Amino acid sequence: MKPAPFDYVAPTTVEEACAILAEAGGGATVIAGGQTLMPLLNLRMSQPFILVDINRIEALKGISRSGNATRIGPVTRQCEALASEQLASDLPVLVKALSHVGHHQTRNRGTVGGSIALGEPAAELPATSVALGAVIEVTSVRGTRRVLADELYLGPYMTSLEPDELVTGIEFPEWPQGHVTLFREVAQRPGDFALVGMVGALTMDAGRVARAGIAWFGMGPTPIRARQAEAALVGKPISGLDAGMIAQLAVADTEPFTDHHASAEYRRTVGRRIFERTLREALDLREAA
Amino acid sequence: MSEHRIEMTINGRRLVGTAEGRVSLGDFLRVDGGYTGVHLGCEHGVCGACTVIVDGRAVRSCLMLAVQADGSEITTVEGLAAPDGTLHPVQQTLREEHALQCGFCTPGVVMTLAALTGGDEKPNEDQLLAAMSGHICRCTGYQGIRRAACRLAAGAAA
Repeated sequence: MKPAPFDYVAPTTVEEACAILAEAGGGATVIAGGQTLMPLLNLRMSQPFILVDINRIEALKGISRSGNATRIGPVTRQCEALASEQLASDLPVLVKALSHVGHHQTRNRGTVGGSIALGEPAAELPATSVALGAVIEVTSVRGTRRVLADELYLGPYMTSLEPDELVTGIEFPEWPQGHVTLFREVAQRPGDFALVGMVGALTMDAGRVARAGIAWFGMGPTPIRARQAEAALVGKPISGLDAGMIAQLAVADTEPFTDHHASAEYRRTVGRRIFERTLREALDLREAA
Repeated sequence: MSEHRIEMTINGRRLVGTAEGRVSLGDFLRVDGGYTGVHLGCEHGVCGACTVIVDGRAVRSCLMLAVQADGSEITTVEGLAAPDGTLHPVQQTLREEHALQCGFCTPGVVMTLAALTGGDEKPNEDQLLAAMSGHICRCTGYQGIRRAACRLAAGAAA
């Protein structure tokens, strides 16, 4: 239960961190809050030669507005994001999701960027960034590029980030005031990883759904966009929506797995039910006869 | 395998030491500082027994490296009671509510409650109970812990 030996470095600038990552050629691991990485190090499931601690890079912290988008520095602590008035007003669904990330004690140290960069398939923040259309800014010695969250996740803990790349910003596009938020998670205990979860947002225009962004977590190897459900919602008048049918479409996009916590069938069944109920409650739809 | 000079303030006392990069804050506090009230249980962030207060916030000391706490102010369970032995309000409440059995998880529980009730913002009952979900008591003595947390909540009659 002790990590294998490594060299520890704590750069204070992004340039310095990127230079170290470039030189390490894949032997380095970045640590932010460490609330997922430290267990992996302690269990020796991860054995980097160099641990690059980005907690001392002040430029990677804080929440701001960038045009109409909300920009979150990756080393912003989850507890700080949870208490942010700006996020509560602009992205309430993100705050709701944050309240389900780990425990009070791990949110005090865990970061927004760490969770998004790791890509645990049952975690709340990767799915929230996929659902809301977040853009992940990634920097290396080769320059800066922007990746759509939806294109970041390849598999459990596998992302399209190169070993020398560092997440340097997360940008959530604007969701107009008054948008509808969707969130529901089923877990065995508060703070546990979700068995099944869904998160998203809808905007309305003249009684119709104008825009929809919805994603699953714990329902496959990555966070999964509920594309068919989104397509079935957009442009439709709210009064004519069939929540049960849309939930079925949403589940059709998932690839749930069986593990010792729950079977794939359980996940599909519960997923369909929470999707339907969440949609119905959010839009105040009547139950189908 | 890098060695680092580490300086921190623990319970108001300065501690200067050296540690390998991989040494956890929990191990450093126990081995180099002698603060054996820091109980390391699972060592992968699940049980909460090792919780200490770092710069005002309750964190798991097994999920933080000692070198990351360089320059920090730390409170362990040894730092709560007054020098004359008068218990901290959290400790006193836990005692009155019989909120411990074997006592292994207790220092972690105490530190989370002390961090949350010691600041300017007074958390309510729901917030304290939610924070208690970050602790596992293998004696399953949760009812006493719940009673103590409820008594410590804002607005609760002492």
